[in-house]
Amino acid sequence: MIKIAYLLPLLIILVLCVAVRKKAPVYQLFLEGAEDGLKILISILPPMIAVLSMSAMLRESGLLAHFSAFLAPFAKKLGIPSEILPLALLRPFSGGGSLGLLTDTVKEYGADSRIARAACILCASTETTFYTISVYFRRTSAKHLKPVILAAVIGDLTGLLCACFLSKINF
Amino acid sequence: MNFFVMRGVLMNSVWTFVVLVSLGFSVLYGIPEKVLQGGVSGASDAVRILISLSGTLCFWSGILRIAEKGGAAEKCQKLLSPVIRRLFPKTKFRGKITMNIIANLFGTGNAATPAGVSAMEGMDRENGQSPYPSREMSRFAVMNTASIQLFPTTVISILSSFGAKNPFSVVPLVWISSFTALSAALLAQKLLFKKR
Repeated sequence: MIKIAYLLPLLIILVLCVAVRKKAPVYQLFLEGAEDGLKILISILPPMIAVLSMSAMLRESGLLAHFSAFLAPFAKKLGIPSEILPLALLRPFSGGGSLGLLTDTVKEYGADSRIARAACILCASTETTFYTISVYFRRTSAKHLKPVILAAVIGDLTGLLCACFLSKINF
Repeated sequence: MNFFVMRGVLMNSVWTFVVLVSLGFSVLYGIPEKVLQGGVSGASDAVRILISLSGTLCFWSGILRIAEKGGAAEKCQKLLSPVIRRLFPKTKFRGKITMNIIANLFGTGNAATPAGVSAMEGMDRENGQSPYPSREMSRFAVMNTASIQLFPTTVISILSSFGAKNPFSVVPLVWISSFTALSAALLAQKLLFKKR
């Protein structure tokens, strides 16, 4: 088995080779992409500020500890660490907000902790479900969306359980 | 349905509620300064985190743009087309669906949404603008609520900016988790769909 560390460099080499063969303006494309990245960063800053200050207040007031302690027994039965529950609840609703909470979680428990890995896998393998459904159906005449929403939520729950299970694996 | 359309309204009440309750608690417990200071430092944390993320994130966005526009995306498109034909056999809007899926794979959500919304509009017309979404519309929406990103750049950026020993080690785990979640969502959609 090739080591994981080689995976991304090899993929980048592949991408660059394909682009060079197609005579694509590689440097310009990189600049375009980086600029796009900046735009994304600016658009997620306000929700990140809002959610990080909210979660800091929640933590400092001691309410977060109460909340986690209350939900912990239920979560434990499913193998979910109670520390990532707030993130799991916010993730389907707000992209910028969950990004804020994710960075908070990674900072709080350390980047090499199991909780940080679970939070990262959760965020990367699910989407802002409710927002997406509202955007995609906004300009259609479809009204009866219960099956769609239910299927999407089942996907999210599967992602959550997978994240908790897979985070036990460490390379 | 309006409940979902008003996502902003939902965050509105959640945020207000949490801040009110936290500050209320702080007054009750006699720790008002601690909580307020925590909130303000949370805001400056957000800016600090974002600045520390920005380099990594922009780097990956640049690489992804090369992949998207430099030909790698077209190669993926060829590989994907049989799958897309099987998942969406009836619609004429497969081109836009493919664009949407490719943009999602390469993590350029900004490009994915316009193509996706316009594919949905087209499929809505094919469905006779019925209040019941067609099988293909439901399937397409469910696919978009699951994440199918090839490179989880944001997560890698966060892990590396907080000093993870090997931030890339989550990548294969993210793939497994995404694929499982997507399959579960599609299976659930298949089982829950009722023909009208």
